[in-house]
Amino acid sequence: MSDTPDNPDLENIEIELFVRAMQLRHGYDFSQYAPASLKRRVRHLAVQLDGGSISALTHRLLHQQAVLPQLLEGLSVPVSDMFRDPSVFRLLREQVLPVLASYPHINIWQAGCAHGEEVYSLAILLEEAGLYERSRIYATDLSASALHQAEEGIYSAREAQQWSRNYQDAGGTRSLADYYSARYDLLKLDRRLRRHVTFAQHNLVSDRVFCEAHLVLCRNVLIYFSNPLQDRCLQLFRDTLVRGGFLCLGMRESIDAAGTAVDFNPVDAGLRLYRRSSDVLSAKPLPAA
Amino acid sequence: MKRPEAIVVGCSAGGLDALKILLAGLDPQLSQPVLVCCHSGADTVELLCELLARASTLPVVEAVERTPPRGGVVHVAPSGYHLLVEADGCFALSTDPRVSHARPSIDVLFGAAADVWRQALIGVVLTGANADGAQGLLQLRRNGGCAIVQSPADAVAKTMPQAALDIAGADHCVPLDAVAPLLNRLCCP
Ligand SMILES: C[S@@+](CC[C@H](N)C(=O)[O-])C[C@H]1O[C@@H](n2cnc3c(N)ncnc32)[C@H](O)[C@@H]1O
Repeated sequence: MSDTPDNPDLENIEIELFVRAMQLRHGYDFSQYAPASLKRRVRHLAVQLDGGSISALTHRLLHQQAVLPQLLEGLSVPVSDMFRDPSVFRLLREQVLPVLASYPHINIWQAGCAHGEEVYSLAILLEEAGLYERSRIYATDLSASALHQAEEGIYSAREAQQWSRNYQDAGGTRSLADYYSARYDLLKLDRRLRRHVTFAQHNLVSDRVFCEAHLVLCRNVLIYFSNPLQDRCLQLFRDTLVRGGFLCLGMRESIDAAGTAVDFNPVDAGLRLYRRSSDVLSAKPLPAA
Repeated sequence: MKRPEAIVVGCSAGGLDALKILLAGLDPQLSQPVLVCCHSGADTVELLCELLARASTLPVVEAVERTPPRGGVVHVAPSGYHLLVEADGCFALSTDPRVSHARPSIDVLFGAAADVWRQALIGVVLTGANADGAQGLLQLRRNGGCAIVQSPADAVAKTMPQAALDIAGADHCVPLDAVAPLLNRLCCP
């Protein structure tokens, strides 16, 4: 075999070295991410920063501390939408919030919140159900820069039309425009929506349970994880949820292969809404990641 | 080329009708999986599968993450997600940004499949009004796979097959009617 850059085996070695360097140098472990997407992202970063050479990118990550946020942002790709999959938010509004209403305090964990689009969507749902005053949303992500943008709540106005349609399709009774102000080509969400949100960095690979929650929303994050890491996260969610607490995953995620799936009963399997079963025998300790 | 282990197909504008013709002509004994990325034609992947299944000689299902493609089955990428294949042969999905304005993107599917199946992959680019698929087909050919492109003159929208020819070239450039017989010949010799 030749040594051209097109040699796929050579590229796999470069990626493995990159991942290893990321772990040894900065403590971020991407080794259990689903390889195909990870490879695309590393390639993309290499093109952006180093003319396409993954080895040069690895050299840079070893020697240039300042490049870390950019790497994390590039490896995590925080892409989201407000009320993405409106049928899911309709289900939350119609079936989940009425149950949550029976608790004096409502805790929600949104894991992998990207730029906060779903956090604000949730806050709006809670507000309209009259539950927001007694709610707390923990919005977490791996990427500090994504969290920073989530806190700002400023988005491109190009999205407004699609998001308004999503909001209506999700059963919204007002106008989404009631919740933001538009200026130039930006839209800024009402700061009041943030009043019960705690933004925090949390790494699903290595961090642990930090709260008790009635609803965990983690959509389109586990799709990037290999099976063992997906299962670890499901354990984390199970141990976070109260009995009967709700878990909402992305609409095309499949947990059939995960051992921990037995601890969740489907409420609406098609929309990936589950409840933690009340007879979880032993919460096994999480394996060290 | 090695004996093919999988077929990937990409199309966009006009793709639904083109796929119906292609899938109607496939040998029902085909033992390879067929992976399809089609940008347009139906609002939901459920509907797309249903429409294709009516014409197809093979079963048509949505590609499900963490499950392997099955031989003799057509797997369709869900709308709003990129479809990829892992080295262990299972499907993976991603909500990464659109590539050439598309999600699912043909480039992403072909690129991932080319990494896995290398010389044992056949890629087919059909009608479409954008250039998605050309880069993926290039990667597929570099990895030793076999490229089939619908003749642009024969396509409802010629931009996609023309871009594929310009950027990647092709091992076979044939009219739509000839694609299924060619696949049957390459796959079931
Ligand atoms: C595609 S976005 C999903 C956004 C949103 N939930 C949605 O579905 O629209 C995936 C998010 O997961 C985050 N993420 C990736 N790896 C993570 C990890 N190990 N721990 C926490 N968050 C992670 C990324 O930073 C990114 O913001």
